[in-house]
Amino acid sequence: MRVLMFGWEFPPFNSGGLGVACLGLTKALAQEGVEVLFVLPRKLPVSSSSMRFLFADQEAKVTVKNLDLLLTPYITSHGYEEARRRHGSSLYGTGLFAEVHRYARLAEEIARREDFDVIHAHDWLSFGAGLAAKEVSGKPLVVHVHATEFDRTGGNTINQYVYEKEREGLHAADRVVTVSTFTKQMVVDHYGVNPTKISVIHNAVEHDERRCAPSGFLALKNEGTKIVLFVGRLTLQKGPDYFLRAAKRVLTYDRSILFLMAGAGDMERQIMEEAAYLGIADRVLFLGFLRDEELGEVYRSADLFVMPSVSEPFGITPLEALSYGTPVLISKQAGVGEVLPHALKVDFWDIEEMANQILAALSYPVLREVLIDEGKRDAARCSWQDSARSVITLYQHLLGPSY
Amino acid sequence: MPSVCLYFQVHQPLRIKKYRVFDIGHDSDYFNEAGENNLNNKRILRKVAEKSYLPANAVLLELLRAFPLFKLSFSFSGMVLAQIQKEAPDVLRSFQMLTNTGRVEVLSETSHHSLAFLYSQEEFRSQVRLHDELIRHLFHQIPRVFRNTELIYNNELAHVVEDLGFLGILAEGADHVLGWRSPTFLHRAKDTTRIKVMLKHYRLSDDIAFRFSSKSWSEYPLTAEKFARWISAHNGNGHVINLFMDYETFGEHQWADTGIFDFLRAFPREVLKHPDNDFVTPSEAIARYPAVGELDIPHFVSWADVERDLSAWRGNPLQHDALAKLYAMEPAVLATRDLALIEDWRRLQASDHFYYMCTKWFADGDVHKYFNPYGSPYEAFIAFMNVINDLQLRVGRANRTGTEALLTLPSYSHS
Repeated sequence: MRVLMFGWEFPPFNSGGLGVACLGLTKALAQEGVEVLFVLPRKLPVSSSSMRFLFADQEAKVTVKNLDLLLTPYITSHGYEEARRRHGSSLYGTGLFAEVHRYARLAEEIARREDFDVIHAHDWLSFGAGLAAKEVSGKPLVVHVHATEFDRTGGNTINQYVYEKEREGLHAADRVVTVSTFTKQMVVDHYGVNPTKISVIHNAVEHDERRCAPSGFLALKNEGTKIVLFVGRLTLQKGPDYFLRAAKRVLTYDRSILFLMAGAGDMERQIMEEAAYLGIADRVLFLGFLRDEELGEVYRSADLFVMPSVSEPFGITPLEALSYGTPVLISKQAGVGEVLPHALKVDFWDIEEMANQILAALSYPVLREVLIDEGKRDAARCSWQDSARSVITLYQHLLGPSY
Repeated sequence: MPSVCLYFQVHQPLRIKKYRVFDIGHDSDYFNEAGENNLNNKRILRKVAEKSYLPANAVLLELLRAFPLFKLSFSFSGMVLAQIQKEAPDVLRSFQMLTNTGRVEVLSETSHHSLAFLYSQEEFRSQVRLHDELIRHLFHQIPRVFRNTELIYNNELAHVVEDLGFLGILAEGADHVLGWRSPTFLHRAKDTTRIKVMLKHYRLSDDIAFRFSSKSWSEYPLTAEKFARWISAHNGNGHVINLFMDYETFGEHQWADTGIFDFLRAFPREVLKHPDNDFVTPSEAIARYPAVGELDIPHFVSWADVERDLSAWRGNPLQHDALAKLYAMEPAVLATRDLALIEDWRRLQASDHFYYMCTKWFADGDVHKYFNPYGSPYEAFIAFMNVINDLQLRVGRANRTGTEALLTLPSYSHS
């Protein structure tokens, strides 16, 4: 079985969970014997050595096809125009939507040249490419929803063009995969997709050895400072402002607690200013975008990880936190809650309750103990292998029993 | 000649409201949730009264009037009685009308539906005393038969309960508890001389309590006629069929539209159609039937979950920790002699609080989830521990004030 997959940048070049999910799924598919022709929009050619590193075991199964595009996950029209100015090339589309269109034309060429059985496209930026490939080849299309425009904007300033593109892809696809039941409901309610056409396949986390360097935070923690951690893009969807307000509430009760925020994003400046305005700038530290060992050490240093997302289709970070033995508090508006029955949960807007649960987790040692034990067990049950098998079953369903 | 012994448990806990860390030291009304949710005790009591207690009592009264041989027994928790007294006097009256017939026995239990026997003999005995006084006051009966919270039982309990003067005690009769023994006979508890043990016929009890409305059950629908036939089939190989269940089975766990009240209404007539059958109260069964053998149950059993052990209340570290902290407060709480404070401490002993913290079946979302008014066992634990912290503050304050008052007493002897 050969899949033409329109995916996104892998770590260490990713800027969020989409790349992590694409990598996890692709690796696991290859391990299950599926050949993946992975189309990767990218400004620079991907070095073959880094790909060899990523797919050390499955090199023969995964072929990465680089397309010179200015598209990245989470990109906005504004962000695109900036990137285009920076690169100063007339090669790229005159605007984000022109670039998405160019992607579809390039995808058509690939679909004409290559041999494959099924097409799999991740998120709206690649839906057009998937559709174009389907039209040229007549092969079935699977679209995979990691986030919708409603998640990204909190339902406020929906971009009509993006919505139309999402809707078009969802309706034209032969099958839709959502990363949670939460997102499935979103796709049914807001895009009018028939629920029987949608399969929920949860994301997972890689269960390899967790490396982390000794850190100053770990030393602080060992001295008794309680640490509460946020990891995520500083953008509306992730609720960094709710995290800050909960921090403020907690600090009125116990001034010694330290809040760490790891991540970058369009709200970075606003959040920093708000911390100062709330008078808690000394207890909230901004760490910027972290990865690998650096991220590992803050995960391990934290007494509690908080994901206050306003709308989170899945959310891999709580699984990462648990894999470092850190208990998690997540918003009820997050798909990952479906695989974490033993996490603390709160409505993202319920600051009082969020603060209450943060303080309880820090005050009652036995609560942390149980949350860690049960949470780790929940997280360990999430495997990319299982997700890949579900995807393969779905392919087989589309292609017939001979595959 | 099997006799049918009916015992219905009537209990509603006082659920703790969403009590936050920030409330510690500021708010000592733990049970006064007023919102439209399942932590609102008044609201739930009213709902259960309308759906279950009142209609079921009406049916039972009708049956007691129609069938002179019909008898039954209740055990009330002190917590439900206190709530009914305050919030639903109509419900109290309807129960009293039943007991006034002289054919409805009221059993003894711990006043606060507690696990006190597992933690403090002193507290256990106090609660039994308290409860018996309340029963005498409300129903003019002196209980002679004891049932422990959630049918929790072992040899030692039987021994203590005998020491308290009771003639009988109820226990769970699941297969793995009984082995080859039959629950249709009375037994003598190990190392006791007089007290008799009555065992729940769990299969027949659960046919009504759990399976009655289950369409996937091969015996569905269950009619009174069929059920009476199963009872009569015990003729010649048993003395008494003990049907023990929550009273809320009628109308609340099994809704009226399942036909549960029609079943109840038809039940005595069908049972009494067979001339060898009759009804007994627990005290009558104990007076009439001998103990056929010794029952040796060293480990605790209960009527909860498939395990029928203590794991529903003491299965995880949260529950252990909460219980340990609660009972560690006993001497300090009692030393305050502050009745409101002691009452709050006892209300926190209700087994339900710990049941809500159970993580055992949480992931499978079955019966624990159904009965859990909190979003998760963790929310239940957090509210409980926050309340414990407030209670500790109050205890500290009360005992300090007491000591200070003593120390600052003017010493008249020197004047």
